[in-house]
Amino acid sequence: MGKKLLIHNDKVPGINTLEVYRIHGGYSSVEKALKTMTPDQVTDEVKKSGLRGRGGAGFPTGLKWSFLAKPEGVERYLVCNADESEPGTFKDRYLMEKIPHALIEGMITSSFALGAKTSYIYIRGEYFYVARILEIALAEAYAAGWLGKNILGTNFSHDCFIQVGAGAYICGEETALLESLEGKRGNPRIKPPFPAVAGLWGCPTVVNNVETIAAVCPIINMGGEEYAKIGIGKSTGTKLISASGHINKPGVYEIELGLPVEEFIYSEHYCSGIRNGKKLKAVVAGGSSVPILPTELILKTAKGEPRLMSYESLSDGGFQTGTMLGSGGFIVMDEDTSIVKNLFTFTRFYHHESCGQCSPCREGTGWMEKILQKFLNGTAIESDVELLWDIQSKIEGKTICPLGEAAAWPVAAAIRHFKQEFLDIAKNKKFIDISHYNRLNKIVA
Amino acid sequence: MKVTIDGIQIEVPKGTTILQAARMIGPEVAPPAMCYYSSLKTSGGYCRTCIVKVTQGSSANPSPIPKPVASCRTEVMDGMVVENNINAELLEARKGVVEFLLINHPLDCPVCDQAGECKLQDLGYGHGSAATRFEFKRREYEAIDIGDKIKLHMNRCILCYRCVKVAEQITDNRVHGVISRGDSSEISTYIENIIDNDFSGNVIDVCPVGALTDKTFRFKQRVWFTKPVDAHRNCDKCSGKTRVWLKGEEVVRVTARKDQWDEVEEFICNSCRYDYKKTSDWVIEGPSPIHRNSVISQNHYQHLNELKLQALKQQNALGFMPLDKKP
Repeated sequence: MGKKLLIHNDKVPGINTLEVYRIHGGYSSVEKALKTMTPDQVTDEVKKSGLRGRGGAGFPTGLKWSFLAKPEGVERYLVCNADESEPGTFKDRYLMEKIPHALIEGMITSSFALGAKTSYIYIRGEYFYVARILEIALAEAYAAGWLGKNILGTNFSHDCFIQVGAGAYICGEETALLESLEGKRGNPRIKPPFPAVAGLWGCPTVVNNVETIAAVCPIINMGGEEYAKIGIGKSTGTKLISASGHINKPGVYEIELGLPVEEFIYSEHYCSGIRNGKKLKAVVAGGSSVPILPTELILKTAKGEPRLMSYESLSDGGFQTGTMLGSGGFIVMDEDTSIVKNLFTFTRFYHHESCGQCSPCREGTGWMEKILQKFLNGTAIESDVELLWDIQSKIEGKTICPLGEAAAWPVAAAIRHFKQEFLDIAKNKKFIDISHYNRLNKIVA
Repeated sequence: MKVTIDGIQIEVPKGTTILQAARMIGPEVAPPAMCYYSSLKTSGGYCRTCIVKVTQGSSANPSPIPKPVASCRTEVMDGMVVENNINAELLEARKGVVEFLLINHPLDCPVCDQAGECKLQDLGYGHGSAATRFEFKRREYEAIDIGDKIKLHMNRCILCYRCVKVAEQITDNRVHGVISRGDSSEISTYIENIIDNDFSGNVIDVCPVGALTDKTFRFKQRVWFTKPVDAHRNCDKCSGKTRVWLKGEEVVRVTARKDQWDEVEEFICNSCRYDYKKTSDWVIEGPSPIHRNSVISQNHYQHLNELKLQALKQQNALGFMPLDKKP
């Protein structure tokens, strides 16, 4: 078992209350930062730690913070992206639900480093009950003087607000999130300008994932250099992985980056193997938008080295033979899984969630879903596979925001690694039962 | 700032976008644009037809931008090198965008008032393919009236957001916008509010397709049977400079004047557009400049006979024989 820094206390009764959280060393990073450090020193520690964004893109957090424009007399904002909507990802929910104060503590420390007087937690509409938990925790923090004016008797004052979204996947994209936070339609903005220059209400803004912000607390407590020793290479620290699918023990696991994928799937400390003694067929390693990999490529890289749970190792081989760590939504599929049916589910989701601003994504996602529907109906022909490939290649990289890519990559990877399955269906005109989807469709309509 | 587009270098001021720079060079390198509109702020970036490949970011940072960029929203950097028509990969990508714009378009050009001056027709002709690969039912909406002068055919809309920007920036207050999400997005008025505003008619002019049409002109005439002339009148609301479309002596419609990129020069008010439909209301300045390749200029060539002669010479040189001369 590796080191745990974020959810090591998750089983402690009452850890969601300030009192118990404080007994277990809570808010010590706020004390340390505000009393003994300058904002720049905090940023330096985060830089030294090598912490990378946990939301999916894996951009170095310290670097992102240092890009923040700091003009005189202009407000700066920290926004926490709690719009965790990537299918297969539920780590932030677990963290916020069990230890809400970990996020609030991280928000205060990070805001101190950035010089933000106000911060927002944008939480997805479906997590309404989690927002309630956070609000209670926030009230506790205000009452105890961790938030508000002159925190701990220093000059630093800070306010934190929670905003509940209306349940749109696209609002997890940082600029769409900012639009939504401003009360507008959640459409991604055209970049540049980046949020670090002109974000919320035109002011410099940093948008970070829940887990990233929570990870700032252990970094300040133990020191950036010490944190950097955990993990492997440029993938430092620990990561929450949401394991789901055909495994014996689904759930949220905190791992040290660099854990072999094979150990993660089969070790009894983690997923404990495939359920019902079946064989592994494929894994989506980082949330539904990252490329799916078949067994031989997920356990070992193309070079034959064991694949590790780290940013570098998972993306080894590019998209030809690799994938991405993404948001850590680890979806395991056993030998009975139909990749085509699974791809239909993903594509249907992206079609439904496309914002409709730019044409390739608006029209292309729906088109791909319709073609995949043909495969499920048993009416597909072999050339449909080529057409599908062509459509995804014309969406990828042509859109305003990464939703286009998120919709295109799963299609590309499924065809790249499981083309025969598509061709077999087209040849045999096999019908795949999707009656439960039709029921869903009716509900949606 | 120096920028090179398709091998042609041009010096432009700071803050110029790639599209504007390309337009300065000329139509042969300018990428097509369906949603960008020079007189509307924050327009552009949605349709993705104007994408170009940046092979050198700037002279300070010569690395290329990996993905194609929307030229209408990307400012040039000093020493930037851009490829548009000379990059085959890019043209293929643009073909894809055109295909996406067309898969849910009804292709009802024979009954569409915009036919002949439709940007989507031009785009499809210039950059699309001859056949469609889309075999499913297209998206359908009922045509609705927005206001007593404007008809909205959502079927034909490509969601360029131009009309939304007009309402935001030209008229007093916006009562229409985009509702729903993804491919069910549609332009709609807010709870049956009608567009009732002195400058609302401009949404018709900016619409690149036949989604927003003038109800006073609908089904009256095909545009290529009408003759556009520039005219003006004294107006206290707008400049009064308009383009009047004549059929014989009759004024069939009035629109704003458009430049060579088919973009409105000066927005006009609704009284000029709808209320003055007699030739005597207008001071006619002369024929409007219409591009020679446009269907509107058919039969309006000034040197028609010369052109015919030229074509005949070319045919003779190639050994063609005119149909009526064939034995």
